[in-house]
Amino acid sequence: MAAPWCSRCAWLLLVFIYSLYVMVISEEPTPGNEQHASVVDNPQTPAETVKQPTEERRWEATQVDETVPDDAAAIKPDLPVPDSVLTPTPPLKDEFQEELVVRPLHSGDIYASFQFRTVWETDFTRGSKVSHYRLFPKSLGQVISKFSVRELHISFTQGYWRTMQWGQPYLPSPPGAELWVWFQDTVTDVDATWKELTNVLSGIFCASLNFIDSTNTVQPSASFKPLGIANGTDHRFLRYATLPREIVCTENLTPWKKLLPCGSKAGLAVLLKSEKLFHSSFHSQAVHIRPVCQDGPCKTSSLELRQTLNVVFDLHASGQGKREWSLFKMFSRTLTEACPLASSSKIYIDVTDNPQEDQFELSPATHLLSQAVVLGDRRTFSVYDLTQQVTFGTVRSLNVLIRWKSTEGDMLRPLLHAERYVAGYGLQTGEIHTLMYNNHPFRSFPVLLLDSVPWYLRLYVHTLTVTSKGKDNKPSYIHYQPSKDRMRPHLLEMLVQLPPHSVTEVTVQFERALLKWTEYTPDPNHGFYVGSSVVSALVPSTVAMNTNITKEQPLFSTFFPTKEESSYFIRVYTEPLLVNLPTPDFSMPYNVICLTCTVVAVGYGSLYNLLTRSFQVEEPNPGLAKRIANVIRKMRGVPPL
Amino acid sequence: MATAEVERRRGQLAALSIAAVVIIVGVPLWWKTTETYRAWLPVSQIRELAKLQLQLSADVEVVFARGTVTPEQQKKVPLTQTQEEDHAVDEDTALKYRYETKYRTATIMEEDALNKPNAAEADLSLHVLSESPCGSLVIYVIPESSSLLPEDVKVYIGQRRTALLRVPQMRTAKTLEQLLHHLQPHIKQVLRVMSFSRADITAALSDRVRFHPGNKESIADSMRAFKSSPGYEITFSLLNPDPKSHRLHWDIEGAAQTYIQPLLTKMSPVANFSIDSQTLHYAMLGVNPRFDNTRSAYMLNADSLAHVINPVEARLGSNAASSNPVLNFLLYVPDAYHSPLYIQDQNKQEVPSNAFHSPRWGGIMVYNVDSYYGPEAEFPVDININMAKVMGVFLAQLRLLLGVQSSPPPPGFLVAPCGSTGLADWELDRLMWSRSVENIATATTTITSLAQLLDQIGNIVINDNIAEQVSSAVTSLQLAVAELEAGNLKFALQFSKEAIQASEKAFFDPSLLHLLYFPDDQKFAIYIPLFLPMCVPILLSLIKIASEARQKRREKQAKKD
Repeated sequence: MAAPWCSRCAWLLLVFIYSLYVMVISEEPTPGNEQHASVVDNPQTPAETVKQPTEERRWEATQVDETVPDDAAAIKPDLPVPDSVLTPTPPLKDEFQEELVVRPLHSGDIYASFQFRTVWETDFTRGSKVSHYRLFPKSLGQVISKFSVRELHISFTQGYWRTMQWGQPYLPSPPGAELWVWFQDTVTDVDATWKELTNVLSGIFCASLNFIDSTNTVQPSASFKPLGIANGTDHRFLRYATLPREIVCTENLTPWKKLLPCGSKAGLAVLLKSEKLFHSSFHSQAVHIRPVCQDGPCKTSSLELRQTLNVVFDLHASGQGKREWSLFKMFSRTLTEACPLASSSKIYIDVTDNPQEDQFELSPATHLLSQAVVLGDRRTFSVYDLTQQVTFGTVRSLNVLIRWKSTEGDMLRPLLHAERYVAGYGLQTGEIHTLMYNNHPFRSFPVLLLDSVPWYLRLYVHTLTVTSKGKDNKPSYIHYQPSKDRMRPHLLEMLVQLPPHSVTEVTVQFERALLKWTEYTPDPNHGFYVGSSVVSALVPSTVAMNTNITKEQPLFSTFFPTKEESSYFIRVYTEPLLVNLPTPDFSMPYNVICLTCTVVAVGYGSLYNLLTRSFQVEEPNPGLAKRIANVIRKMRGVPPL
Repeated sequence: MATAEVERRRGQLAALSIAAVVIIVGVPLWWKTTETYRAWLPVSQIRELAKLQLQLSADVEVVFARGTVTPEQQKKVPLTQTQEEDHAVDEDTALKYRYETKYRTATIMEEDALNKPNAAEADLSLHVLSESPCGSLVIYVIPESSSLLPEDVKVYIGQRRTALLRVPQMRTAKTLEQLLHHLQPHIKQVLRVMSFSRADITAALSDRVRFHPGNKESIADSMRAFKSSPGYEITFSLLNPDPKSHRLHWDIEGAAQTYIQPLLTKMSPVANFSIDSQTLHYAMLGVNPRFDNTRSAYMLNADSLAHVINPVEARLGSNAASSNPVLNFLLYVPDAYHSPLYIQDQNKQEVPSNAFHSPRWGGIMVYNVDSYYGPEAEFPVDININMAKVMGVFLAQLRLLLGVQSSPPPPGFLVAPCGSTGLADWELDRLMWSRSVENIATATTTITSLAQLLDQIGNIVINDNIAEQVSSAVTSLQLAVAELEAGNLKFALQFSKEAIQASEKAFFDPSLLHLLYFPDDQKFAIYIPLFLPMCVPILLSLIKIASEARQKRREKQAKKD
């Protein structure tokens, strides 16, 4: 096993030396087209390239050639040059809001969900070049205008959301990285654009999104509809990919924070310190870009950027056994101000389960209460408005504290829940089981199941069975796209009706393929990941959902658009699977070479000997006894035998 | 005995034939199966290009106005003269400047134009009369008595490609040759300002030729401008470290359209430009400015400017959508507690523009807003930024960074102010000359080093597409050199740009890296188990046969004796 390692290291070293060599020889930092990806990969790159001439960099005061500006101004004397600068300013076209929701969970854990929303009244779709940015981050704006992106959703998640213990999250996301993009219908070569886009995003977010290629990209036909305004839903312009293995850490958080107008200098974002955020049971950060309507009839469209960060803090890991939570304990920071650029900046604490303050105690107390319909339920929230100085009190700092009084109380089972596992033994075949639970006591509802399975698990679609309550449940819609080896994965989408209070099981058998030896990951014995299946559903709501988009609502309740009052949309992700593939011994090729060579050499050697040696009859040597006898006879003076 | 001899002979023959089979069949087979694909490259042409021999040709027209030539001198014109000048930069690079000078007398319409009341009007009407092509120049020699130019001005350089030259004491020259001889130094001086000069071309070749540590100032001048590139991204950033106190508004869209766009449109033959802007909040400078009691202002030293940028630069972000070099222009509005802020130069003097620039990076301007509100103002204050003032500074910096030379003209020269576009035609020509030379130099360096690299490392696979790129780069280079020689500046620049693109594409092609590394120790590890046991017996028996043959011959020799 050492040999491949050695060679890999040596390989890297040589590549490095080669690049040095290239640089020395060409003495030219101008990157070519092919370096494109690497240049955009790393936001630090320009900094590094300019570091090179730092020694020679000379700062010079600029002497303005007086004729230039005068002349330029003279050409256009009617340009408004305000003398008094305190003139009324034109209305701004962009707006920023920030929000934090804290939901105490029944398990004693605590769920904090940040949402930052920038809405910019501009038109990216009409082909006009947008190049002047204020609150909207320039890097993302350039990306969506260059690649003609209509909607972009990207999430990075560490840990798995435990629906049965924690209920539904405000924003679901699968473990690892997930990216789905709707392109505008003007894009001609969607696959090439997608490839380039993933490379650029990989640079922006410091993530391995560049590993997204045709083998893990699918075009779901029904599961991922555009969330913003859209006139066409032709799924040729949709691409969806997950990287279940992606590890999320500080290097992803830093560029994510950089996209915020206030950075991490002011407002709610000061709480986002990586040493605390990554010391948690669940961490998920996401960026959602979509076109939205400003008003009911949708006369003006604008671009919405939502940056969300969800985190679940564990009671036992960081609470030291006490059931007590505060902002300071969670984030090791307190709040002192709102982001000055934000038009609204609020903290919501979910107090629905605590009407008489018998569950927990909240301090400082707030009189502001707000009700919102979220996830099919009417919830009550205590609200802290950070734009009001009163919120910060006399100490000029806000540290919301929750102290539990009792450990009782149980949670309603979530209406929809899904899980998945691999069954079977051996390294040849196996079976994927997907279980979907409908916990609604009397309503059945349809769900869309999406499964994207890599090509090296060869699905036997004829073995596909869907059963609920012991009976065969025939899906009303099946979309199946078979895989092509090393080209594209399997895509299986189906619409299944879940009967009330039931478990529906979807099973499909598969065969494990043998990979080529260069296709194995560096640690093949760890296994291969299969991304989460996605269950999208319109779940019957117990209360009337809010369909009026113009009404002022908290951000967390407005992510998925609601079209009707009686149901709400949720998406549930199952666990990713870890499947073992038959893994060869990687020193085998060399052993085989050695062994066959030795065999050939032995055979050849004997043949060669036979052919070239000359054989002659030799006098047989006298035996040992005879020789001894001869010696004795010699001593006696008798002639030898 | 005879049978043993026969047997021995048979063994020898068998050994020899096995060796023959190995050599005739085995070695070619092994050679063929382990060969890497290497497409044909135009190596000899590349080797020719490595020795850069450039010839720059410019057409110059010298027009004599009425009263500058005597009638008998006039008889000999029109007349064409060619001057050549050699400029050996180093042993591999040699340049030749060729001016084709055509002398003629002015037409009636030109005479009319030259009789306009002032030089600017004359310049304009001369331009209307005939448009000279890119890279050429027209010099009008006007009589000393002409009232076009002020007293102490000897040469007027117009906005286009014309110059007016007033030469004193023309009457001393009797023949035309004498007159031309007398004119020659003046014309040369004009050419040095308006067309390519040695300094420009040497600076353009800085990639190829090591600089002789000469004048520090000239090195700084040559290092300031960005390197030639097919495109540039211009980014304006408004830095607001204190959004709590200042709510800043800038009409960057309109300002860029008014002030920057005309220049960029004019420069579009040289490169493509794109403009964007952003606002960065809470962006701090890297140094704390010092408070100066005497001026009751904060001061930023010239020495500390180098540290100012580093923290800001991390937030500027690279352009995600292209790989062209970025020109950064930052407008920094100091926060309310550190206002006003001024920049000091080396002599402890305030810099009047309150701006500075860094070579090949961009510029920063500090914009103080504290005077717009009183001490009792209620925060946050809305502030509109005066874009005319800002853009004047940025435009000056942009000209410097793009390499539009604005070295002061020699005494006696009057340079016309460069109208709305901010760039005169001859300035553009100068830039195009040096950019063409720079592109050609860069492309040849890239191509020759690629050829060298491929030559040295035999393991690299050369695919057909790389060979194609290399060939097209070489062709474009040859065309560019030829066009330069013919004086077609526009085409030369075009071809040189194509050459640079093709050469970079070939150089950075990832397929070159694939089989680069195949270490010898691993090769031996694979070969030894088979080759050693096979070759050793063959070699041994060959040696044995050889030694036996030698012995036999010696015996024969001995027998003869």
